[in-house]
Amino acid sequence: MSAQRSAWLFLAPAAIVLGVFFLLPVIGAFVLSLTDYDLYALADIHNLRFVALGNYWTLLHRPLFWSALGHTVYFVAVGVPLSMVISLCAALLLHSPLARCKPFFRTALFAPVVTTVVAVAVVWRYLFNTKYGLVNYALGWIGLHPVDWLGDPHWAMPAIILFAVWKNFGYNMIILLAGLQAIPAELYEAARIDGASTWRQFRHITLPMLAPTLWMVGILTVSGYFQLFAEPYVITEGGPLQSTVSVLYLMYNEGFKWWNLGSASAIAFLLFLIMFVVTACMLRLGRKEAEA
Amino acid sequence: MNPRIAKALINGLLIGGTFVALFPMLWMLSVSLMQPGEAGALPPPLLPAHATLHNYQELFVRAGMGRYLLNSLLVSTAITVLSLALNLMAGYAFAKLRFAGRDALFRAVVGMLAIPAQVAMLPLFLMLKPVGLVNNYGGVIVPAMASAFGIFLVRQYARSIPDELLEAARIDGAGELRIFVRIVLPLLKPIMVTLAIYTFLLAWNDFMWPLIVLTGQEHYTLPLGLASLAREHATDAELMMAGSMITVAPVLVLFLALQRYYLEGLLLGSVKG
Repeated sequence: MSAQRSAWLFLAPAAIVLGVFFLLPVIGAFVLSLTDYDLYALADIHNLRFVALGNYWTLLHRPLFWSALGHTVYFVAVGVPLSMVISLCAALLLHSPLARCKPFFRTALFAPVVTTVVAVAVVWRYLFNTKYGLVNYALGWIGLHPVDWLGDPHWAMPAIILFAVWKNFGYNMIILLAGLQAIPAELYEAARIDGASTWRQFRHITLPMLAPTLWMVGILTVSGYFQLFAEPYVITEGGPLQSTVSVLYLMYNEGFKWWNLGSASAIAFLLFLIMFVVTACMLRLGRKEAEA
Repeated sequence: MNPRIAKALINGLLIGGTFVALFPMLWMLSVSLMQPGEAGALPPPLLPAHATLHNYQELFVRAGMGRYLLNSLLVSTAITVLSLALNLMAGYAFAKLRFAGRDALFRAVVGMLAIPAQVAMLPLFLMLKPVGLVNNYGGVIVPAMASAFGIFLVRQYARSIPDELLEAARIDGAGELRIFVRIVLPLLKPIMVTLAIYTFLLAWNDFMWPLIVLTGQEHYTLPLGLASLAREHATDAELMMAGSMITVAPVLVLFLALQRYYLEGLLLGSVKG
């Protein structure tokens, strides 16, 4: 048996699965987004018409698309920095030589990451309850008024952001902790001899040395947060007043509730395009900073 | 700063953070053991007055939670076993076998990592419908049988296998399949365990695609069953917490038992190769 042939035999099963069930549908999604595929086409394919960029044009004139995009951008713009800061703080605490019982704290802080989104979202839905929820109860302890977390359009997205930060910060914490551990200890020793304060050590050693990891983690988190779906689906069902309808939530409703598959594919592609542009810009910024 | 104060501050913050991280899960466990309606009192009780397994019994007897649990186990196990086999073979081929177009093909696999899975979901649904894979376990399992991330992870790891070892076996006349099973697989054991846990957790927790492709309750996995129960029984906090416990407990136990492998894999996967 030739080396070439055996290599292809090893590769073929995975290549076929990825090709048929991933690449082909991705190309199909683009083609679908150029048609008016809907309930009528689902019943009889002869009803299908080619509409070129018509779906995209219509979407860009639909207030619902813009509001869904706005909610998603809000979630990303507030959620990602908040997640990153908390992950970094947790990693710094765990890295400190003064911290005790590190393996226990590390496991406990990471535990929310492995839980099922739907299940813990159900839990937080009760924790956010205006009257009986423990979040408001805790706020009452420190003398703050109860917040109508899931009933007030202004507070529903912050509630979802708090939930997402709680659920996800442990993931980046582990990666940043490994990054901190890779910084040579001599750098800190030299700084201490020069009499640099803890803050200056953080500002001039930790942050620059950690920058590549921070950019990578940031890019992964941004692309993950753009894919917001299960959280609003379970916690708020998109409400109140559609204030937590994300782009993917809109795609799901458009495609699988109203069966406008052409228009839903256009939504998916626009989201992909936006994610691609944002993460590509972050990648370039990160590289530029590394060169400077 | 005084080192003793610094030490107290750092450990105090860690304890506070741990409390916030674990509290929702402990509360879930506690409320799941309460009598129906008990959690809806003021001030909200933290512990059940008389712990009961009533809610769990209710879920298994009346709400079909046993079925969802079995569905989840079946789907996640099948995905883990099948995708492990396919990703190991492909990752090994990319790392150690020579063939025309290898680098270009691997770049394509890495490129796939950048495409969100949701883009493929609508056409995939239309493709699977005529072949009878909609509302069928196969609809969840088959598209997940290989993953770009899994292939990438195995390839990174398999590159450290020395070529001399494989060459020596070839000179001895061993076939490629025999080399893979006898020599390569034992060397890949650590990454196999890592990838297996990672895949299982991902499959167990997955929501959007199963929600789309599993249209009938009899095929629901736990997250789907739980989400639909949450819409029907929005006021039964105790029942819902028991449902969440059943969904989360298996993956938490699995993680606690094998966390070393899981965390290593997480770091390996995040290092760009």
